[in-house]
Amino acid sequence: MRQAFIKQLVELARQDPRIMLLTGDLGYMALEPFADEFPDRFINCGVAEQNMMGVATGLAESGFLPFVYSIVTFATLRGFEFIRNGPVIHGLPVRVVGVGGGVEYGHNGVSHYGLEDVGAMRLLAGMNVFAPADAGQTTTVLAKTWDTKGPAYYRLGKDEKAVVPGLDGRFEVGRAQVVWDGDDVLMLSMGAVGADVSQAAELLLKKGVIAAHWVAASIEPAPVVDIKAALAKFRVVITVEAHRTTGGLGSIVSEIAAEETGRKAKVVRLGIDHYLGGRSGSQAFLHSQHGISGEAIAARVLCELNGP
Amino acid sequence: MRSLSSRSIRTAILEQSKRAGVGHIGSALSIADIVVALYDSALQISSEYDADRDRLVLSKGHAVLAVYSALHLKGWLTAEQLDTFCGDDTLLSMHPEHGLPGIDFCTGSLGHGLSIGAGAALAARMQGSKRHVFVVMSDAELNEGSIWEAAMFAAQHKLSNLIAIVDANGQQALGKTADVMDLEPLADKWRAFGWETVEIDGHDIEGMQALFSELRDKPGAPKMVIARTTFGKGVSYMEGQVKWHYWPMSDEEYADALRQVSV
Repeated sequence: MRQAFIKQLVELARQDPRIMLLTGDLGYMALEPFADEFPDRFINCGVAEQNMMGVATGLAESGFLPFVYSIVTFATLRGFEFIRNGPVIHGLPVRVVGVGGGVEYGHNGVSHYGLEDVGAMRLLAGMNVFAPADAGQTTTVLAKTWDTKGPAYYRLGKDEKAVVPGLDGRFEVGRAQVVWDGDDVLMLSMGAVGADVSQAAELLLKKGVIAAHWVAASIEPAPVVDIKAALAKFRVVITVEAHRTTGGLGSIVSEIAAEETGRKAKVVRLGIDHYLGGRSGSQAFLHSQHGISGEAIAARVLCELNGP
Repeated sequence: MRSLSSRSIRTAILEQSKRAGVGHIGSALSIADIVVALYDSALQISSEYDADRDRLVLSKGHAVLAVYSALHLKGWLTAEQLDTFCGDDTLLSMHPEHGLPGIDFCTGSLGHGLSIGAGAALAARMQGSKRHVFVVMSDAELNEGSIWEAAMFAAQHKLSNLIAIVDANGQQALGKTADVMDLEPLADKWRAFGWETVEIDGHDIEGMQALFSELRDKPGAPKMVIARTTFGKGVSYMEGQVKWHYWPMSDEEYADALRQVSV
């Protein structure tokens, strides 16, 4: 998603001289198109995320539109209070860009896993949060939200090639996108794990089970209308995210469900809720361990429909 | 109306601290003369609404009463507005709030302001503006690692339109800086980080004004002014006393303090 994001950002920067790109010394083989075309608007701030966020605050107050790039954990957690007391409290249009949500940095180990970022950013009043599912949707997300009022957080996947078939780059702020519809069970996904959910849908189809798959990329504002509709329509709504089920999509759906009278759906939250005692591995291995691989999601859907 | 002076700003600080029944008096008195030097001449601000005004980041936000007092003495804040300090539904809290005209940034979490100032200075240069950014920090605030991130950034980008001032009163919330986390040799540290560094008496208003004027358009590096100050300056029983970081004044103490600063 990084390449799609940067390509779109370069196009926007050609039209809007306020756009700047700051990085915490990361983005090799990703940020060059911007850095080469706009050397004066590209700053490598070094390995100093707190300062980078403070600098972005000063730039934004003076009229710039800074995009601040790092790996998910460093972008959101290291400078968390600088984000809160800077762009959030001042209502400034700083864009925090985190790459590698969930366990995409698998072999790099737990220090590099982005498991709490969406919850942390969502907790900040006035922060917009977007988590596109694939490269095509990333382009649309940026095109539709880059000039959003106030601060924003973009959670990007590291994988350039994974796609959610049928999503076709669709995105609308405050809405979910229907990739595949059904009647009984809905798999609602956030971010790049949408590709695993697509895989689950295919596996289920082979077994004659039609499970719906909707994508939630607009996390704040949340797709409230669609979630309410889903809670009324389906028997089971399963949220899938490469994130803690606390604070992320599972929380959002649960919060809405708790306030909905007459809802039909049971809510099931899938995500990453524990560290594997220091053990790491590929993303595929870790998704499988945490029950969010295509196969594991499909098995859970069958279990919910038919009982254990 | 009273004009901005070392005496009038201290009187306002004491009046408001007493009226509101709050502390942080020693810190505000410590930077009182720095604030006078800034608002009397160093800050080039045609009005608080001028978009191309010099920016002031009060990174040691807990001393903002000195700035409110200066804004009032400049005529940008009415006496009625000043009297809402620490009241209900006020924009004048114990730490700065950018919703108040004349205040550029919300600060109060130490270690934040120098980064903001560096960004604002970079923006001014990119926009071809002559505006400068002044950042007032406490010495204890230099305990924060983020300050040194900002120090490296500003030097790397040769932000010569950034003038930082450390209110070096040698005191922090629970003790002397020398005992808690010794900062000396402070000037050497900033020079080693690539800053044009000058030490000065932080109660010598004319000296500071001359220095700010000399430093203003000097190219090449960001500037660090280490202002050696006395915590609680002007009130003998507050000077150098940790208690006055937090303590409010009794009626007797208030009368004594007012007498002392009006001499």
